[in-house]
Amino acid sequence: MQIKARAYKFGDNISTDDIIPARYLNISDPKELARHCMESIDKEFVRKLSRTSIGGYCIVAGKNFGCGSSREHAPLAIREAGISCVIAESFARIFFRNAINIGLPILESKRASRRIDSGDEIVIDLSRGRITNLSKKENYKVQPFPEFLQQIIDAGGLMNYAKQKVKTS
Amino acid sequence: MGMSIAEKILARHCGRRSVEPGTFVEARVDIALGNDITAPLAIEEFRKAGGKKVFDPDRVVLVPDHFTPNKDINSAEQCQILRSFAREQGLSHYYEVGRAGIEHALLPEEGIVLPGELIIGADSHTCTYGALGTFACGVGSTDLAFAMLTGKCWFRVPETIKLVYKGKLNKWVSGKDLILYTIGDMGVDGALYKVMEFSGPVISRLSMADRLTVCNMAVEAGAKCGIIEPDEKTIEYVEGRAERPYEIVHGEKGVHYKKVIEYDCSQIEPQVAFPPLPSNTRAISRVGEIQIDQVVIGSCTNGRIEDLRIGAQILKGRRVHPRVRLIVIPATQRVYRQALKERLIEIFVDSGAVVSPPTCGPCLGGHMGVLAEGERALATTNRNFIGRMGHPQSEVYLSNPAIAAASAIAGKIAGPESGK
Repeated sequence: MQIKARAYKFGDNISTDDIIPARYLNISDPKELARHCMESIDKEFVRKLSRTSIGGYCIVAGKNFGCGSSREHAPLAIREAGISCVIAESFARIFFRNAINIGLPILESKRASRRIDSGDEIVIDLSRGRITNLSKKENYKVQPFPEFLQQIIDAGGLMNYAKQKVKTS
Repeated sequence: MGMSIAEKILARHCGRRSVEPGTFVEARVDIALGNDITAPLAIEEFRKAGGKKVFDPDRVVLVPDHFTPNKDINSAEQCQILRSFAREQGLSHYYEVGRAGIEHALLPEEGIVLPGELIIGADSHTCTYGALGTFACGVGSTDLAFAMLTGKCWFRVPETIKLVYKGKLNKWVSGKDLILYTIGDMGVDGALYKVMEFSGPVISRLSMADRLTVCNMAVEAGAKCGIIEPDEKTIEYVEGRAERPYEIVHGEKGVHYKKVIEYDCSQIEPQVAFPPLPSNTRAISRVGEIQIDQVVIGSCTNGRIEDLRIGAQILKGRRVHPRVRLIVIPATQRVYRQALKERLIEIFVDSGAVVSPPTCGPCLGGHMGVLAEGERALATTNRNFIGRMGHPQSEVYLSNPAIAAASAIAGKIAGPESGK
């Protein structure tokens, strides 16, 4: 599967409080959550997402993306805001599993995280584990997911995986 | 090669003789926990997957604690989802306002989480229970839904970092200071995906309350779990509370740790974490002049009776600074009751503090003490991210309860010895 997107850059240690502030956690409707995605650290984020000519935006961040609270509202808000993929140097562990579990594509790549700038046009090949930066004419290799996680991803998330397992057993 | 405590507990819960770091396993969970923020999503996923009955109504625990007593209509409706689900499923562990408390203070207190067990909670501070020698980690709502359905959860077996605390603790240095110091040293991703095994003579001497505080903030260094090998203190704490039989698990000899880090505690002063990360720590003597508007003593980190006793000891016969609002939050109804009995509540009220019912409340900027633009709080809570306690341009500093109480009196961040 290929994703074409424009990069939107964030720094290190973006917390789930940054992604979706707790004051909005009295709701669980992803559409409503998406309207407030990143608003504490970047008021323009959601507005800017609606203005792109290519296939939408992907987030490119530094270390420890999604640290802090376990709120699944964070990857839900990102996905619902129209972000097709998150690339980071590393992910906080609960965010990592939440993204896998809900089927939000995420990729760990130190080089991609360092080299890609905001606005760069990116092509992400999820099955081959490769990121191409069209703007800089560079390729970045990504470690493939272990087989177990790939099965969850292929199923479209953990609950679909569970349903499939029930069917086959 | 021997297995660490964490590896041994995981192995036992997935029916293997041994597990190695990096392996993926599906393990049986002893308790699956959710709260008023994370459980509504989990219940929705559970139903979407065709779930009719949870795997075991005695092992699914729901605690509405974040925005309770209901702060607004939306919160009330989220709690309603938990309440209806708990009734429909006949859950034995659903805790209504007035009988509840902050989940991570409540579960150990009630003997619901026990040594040697594997606990998951859709709340990042689930790692608190590691203080009992438990493999406990925070997960998301979908993980909780999967566990409610199947009684299982997937894990990548984590590597373990051993932290050894030696030397003598200085005055006013508590479990909170040890963990803040450690996070300051390792960074907020210093233990990413790993287990932090806290050990050494200083940890052995710590009270259970302090041990719970230490493990509570393991997630703030990125860890999957914090864990402490059970000893007599653990057994003494658990006996009389445990609601079911349990088996103590010890680490084996010859464990291959990812890293071993030693700390000389005689060098550690009380710590203050500056915004916007728990790793921005400074010793109290190097804090400088920082005026504050609000102080919060409470949370799953420092809302136990031992924490309130320290606060009251410092506040007794003194007044909260006219410019400061001091909010004291007993973590559970049992803590509240005990504080009443020991007349700590009276000391707080006489000093000019307000005492809140048990709730996570202001820790995550929910209610009961939200900050305005430009305001600054010192809190015994666990996170000081941007906008954590309210407005994005407000600030949170973190400390132990003694520093918090002394600062409430001083009107600025100060040690307990200052101004006396």
